[in-house]
Amino acid sequence: MGIAALVGTPIKRREDPRLITGQATYVDDLKLPGMLYMAVLRSPYGHARIRSINTEAAKQAPGVVAVYTAQDLKGVVGNIPVAAPLPPHITNGMGRRGPLAEGKVRFYGDPVAVVIAESRYGARDALDLIEVDYEPLPAVVDPEKAAQPDAPLLYEEFGTNVAASVRPPTDEIDRVFAETQANGGIVVRQRMVNQRLAPSPMETRGVVAEFRKADRTLTIWSSSQIPHLLRNYLAEQLGLPQHQVRVIVPEVGGGFGCKLNIYPEEALAAFAAMKTGHPVKWIEDRSENLAVTIHGRDQINYVEVAATRDGKITGLKVHVVSDLGAYLQFFTDVIAIAFTLPMICGCYDIPVAYGSCDIVFTNKAPTDAYRGAGRPEAAYIAERAVDLVAHALGKDPAEVRMINFVKPEQFPHKMATGTVYDSGNYQLALEKAMQLIGYQQLRAEQAQKRAQGKLMGIGISSYVEICGIGPKGLTPFGLYESARVRVDQSGDVLIYTGASPHGQGEETTFAQIAADEFGIPIERVLVLHGDTDSTPEGRGTYGSRTTAVGGTAVYNAVQKLKEKMKQIAAHMLEASPADVTLEDGKFSVAGAPQKAVTFAEVAAAANFSNTLPPGIEPGLETTVFFEPEACTFPFGTHICVVEIDKDTGEVHLRRYVAVDDCGRQLNPLLVAGQIHGGIVQGVGQALFEGVVYDENGQLLTSTFMDYAMPLASELPPFELDHTVTPTPYNPLGVKGVGEAGTIAATPAVAGAVADALGLPHVDIPFTPERIWRIIQQQQAQPQA
Amino acid sequence: MIPATFEYHPASSVDEAIALLSQYGDDAKLLAGGHSLIPTMKLRLAQPAHLIDIGRIPGLSYIREEGNVVAVGALTTYATIERSEVLRRYFAVLPECASVIGDPQVRNRGTIGGSISHADPSADMPGAVRALKAEIRVRGPNGERTVAADDFFLGTFTTALEPGEMVTEIRFPLPPARTGSAYTKLANKASHYAVAGCAAVVTLGADGACTAASVVITGAGTMPTRASAVEAALMGKQLDEATVAEAASHAAEGLELMEDIHGSKQYRAQMAAVMARRAILKAAERARG
Repeated sequence: MGIAALVGTPIKRREDPRLITGQATYVDDLKLPGMLYMAVLRSPYGHARIRSINTEAAKQAPGVVAVYTAQDLKGVVGNIPVAAPLPPHITNGMGRRGPLAEGKVRFYGDPVAVVIAESRYGARDALDLIEVDYEPLPAVVDPEKAAQPDAPLLYEEFGTNVAASVRPPTDEIDRVFAETQANGGIVVRQRMVNQRLAPSPMETRGVVAEFRKADRTLTIWSSSQIPHLLRNYLAEQLGLPQHQVRVIVPEVGGGFGCKLNIYPEEALAAFAAMKTGHPVKWIEDRSENLAVTIHGRDQINYVEVAATRDGKITGLKVHVVSDLGAYLQFFTDVIAIAFTLPMICGCYDIPVAYGSCDIVFTNKAPTDAYRGAGRPEAAYIAERAVDLVAHALGKDPAEVRMINFVKPEQFPHKMATGTVYDSGNYQLALEKAMQLIGYQQLRAEQAQKRAQGKLMGIGISSYVEICGIGPKGLTPFGLYESARVRVDQSGDVLIYTGASPHGQGEETTFAQIAADEFGIPIERVLVLHGDTDSTPEGRGTYGSRTTAVGGTAVYNAVQKLKEKMKQIAAHMLEASPADVTLEDGKFSVAGAPQKAVTFAEVAAAANFSNTLPPGIEPGLETTVFFEPEACTFPFGTHICVVEIDKDTGEVHLRRYVAVDDCGRQLNPLLVAGQIHGGIVQGVGQALFEGVVYDENGQLLTSTFMDYAMPLASELPPFELDHTVTPTPYNPLGVKGVGEAGTIAATPAVAGAVADALGLPHVDIPFTPERIWRIIQQQQAQPQA
Repeated sequence: MIPATFEYHPASSVDEAIALLSQYGDDAKLLAGGHSLIPTMKLRLAQPAHLIDIGRIPGLSYIREEGNVVAVGALTTYATIERSEVLRRYFAVLPECASVIGDPQVRNRGTIGGSISHADPSADMPGAVRALKAEIRVRGPNGERTVAADDFFLGTFTTALEPGEMVTEIRFPLPPARTGSAYTKLANKASHYAVAGCAAVVTLGADGACTAASVVITGAGTMPTRASAVEAALMGKQLDEATVAEAASHAAEGLELMEDIHGSKQYRAQMAAVMARRAILKAAERARG
């Protein structure tokens, strides 16, 4: 490895100047000649039968070019892609849909028709002229009610709303619970609601589709996290060969998982472009984004935890009810089963763990991956479970964590869930966080405040999560990542990554890796991404995988080019390749440092090809695919302090300390940025956010007037520190950090609020009225 | 979130605006800062065919001392009110109220005249204007008239403005000595409008007893509502914690309570009392100097 000049240093993001000066290009900045605009007519009902649709008046409206309904798409456009359909029902078509609703609408916002017009205003106006005759049907929005035999059915032909159930035998966990109780231990039970959230990126979704009839090539510009997957699935949906579809992802203003999807609008815009011969643009508005872009979380968890009187947890039993919403998006069906259940043990060496799950359709927007995707729910279950044990035994929650942590010497460690964790030192992170926040002093202060009748609470979250997916078997397609690295004749390095960074900063970190390895200034490295025509097949950016998987592909590609350059340099220096070393941008012969050629000279030689040794191909370019053998497991401890206004129920977050371990840090500034943003979204779930439907499936949080996003003014400064436990599964030792803050923060705040109120558990979100009602109840029954 | 088609009429004078209002009647809306009207138009909850932009009319943004009155022009922005030394000296409640409206962008655009004319029950400014017993100067096709703030707010989004009329100025009478005022609110965590808010103005005698009290509740009810029972319970009393708490407990009396996902009627009623207690105590403290 070269001298570590850049890796590990907090250099500023190279992508920021264009982003913060308004010079970046987003989908909505595109204006193509002859471009038309698409508007989508959406269901105002949660559940209704479509008796008829009359589009005649809309078609006659000024500037309207076309109006399409499901009838027009029949046999032409395929269903919305699903990555991993589960048996028994989804494999038979349950929850699958075309881009426009046919026969029935199943959630508020379900697309019914589209208008293509010469202006965005004209398209929107014409929506009001489409007459849809709906027969409203009873809706079901509560997944537990939806699972009942008498519930209204979304898919009558399947006779149930339960798409799948995972119910392993309970004998072993039952035995553990019985034994624990027989030995004087405890079993604590708690129902927990992990509410539905709207990912709410700053940039809503958007797509521009252009079809060139002459050679039947389709170009899609989309605000997406997955250019190649979008290209591949969209080609299939439209019946086009993949090489006739090009996806370009311009700047993306936030994804958080919600753009890890192929939505109806991409195929609709493409269909319209193919039919009309004009480019077609669709830009989602904020109310559409809150209504129809995937939501996250929405699980109900039944948690039962057994422990000895000393606080050693002996068994954990979890039943998950996962609300899928009305249809399947890309990973909708597998979030709970593939990402929540395998992680329910958290950091704790629990001898026996049991997980069961029902995944249920309701008349709501589809759920899917939102920052953390199933792992926030798992961390919440594990952290609340430990706190439940601490509360029941009257022990300090930090102590119960210490007792149950997997020990550093146990790694790699197979958990009771079967998940194998790579590396960790959970004790160290907890100790460091406790020291940083002054844990013992805070407990003393809390005791004083309690005596004065004030509500102050301290919450701990020792999380662990899965990153760097992934190894084979998680989905029908491999989750590798690719890098094409080219050194041009001037010695500049071009990195084409198959990942699709959209705010995470890999244009900077990938360049840091290459610059250090080649020993050249970072200014000579350019990272390119987001165009399926120029980047090698990739899997995109999500699941905190891009640095661990895509970064390793870059690293490996650079190693290959270094070897080739050494051979060329050896030839130029008339030395043996084994004696040539690369340092500070110079190839030199061991023991004779004056015998050297520069990186640029070797690059020129390779590209001009006139001085190459025999058997060496001209050019300096290679493409590498990296598929990790296993996932990585970042971890850490967050501790926060809350104070509650007894009069109003408002929760004030007073302090927040985060000690995170994402393995080796390529750029601490970017790590801190990810942690900051992550914490805000995790705190958002605990204190503010929540998608609310009424019982008819009407969305009550369809604007930011009602959906509460966290604001900077409501948050304290975050105090950050870290530990470093590299993963053995990639040469960089990096684990991933994109979702850590979100996963950690919600249980930290939840623990603090329960602690302040002296209760085992309070459901999130901690809206003022909810907390106020609890305080009222406590004041009415002081002994409770 | 694209508004329906409308015709845009920039007015260069109040007379022109009134003429346009009279011409287009119910099909027209006045546009000032636009931070209430434009969002409702984008959601197509409002679809006025004609938008009369009064934001460019010169001479309607000012804060002037005129004898026993401070006159504030209808187009004066929240940001200007927030920073006004004159207002801070006499009516702490006004800059305090302005400072908790929306965010800096909203405060730079939103106007006091627009806020009271829109009469959103959850808005903050109507509460302060009513608590200060301002006089609202309006002009219409039949000339100018003055409406007391207590007579101006009639209900949810409803005021005493007649067709063709617009607010031109809000006039605040200078308070007697030993007067203090304050605004507190419990904000809806999404919109940051008031779930419950209270604007309070109290005057103390030389002995510290309350000689005048004006208390108005925002957010909890269907309009900014005078809390007469609270005022009565304060009169003649020393404004200590216990007295104020008892008086404030009547805050919801006479309110026609609202209810939504951010607060039930019961919660809003209780929060009206909490906000009233806090606002009155703060106002009393300011009155003591």
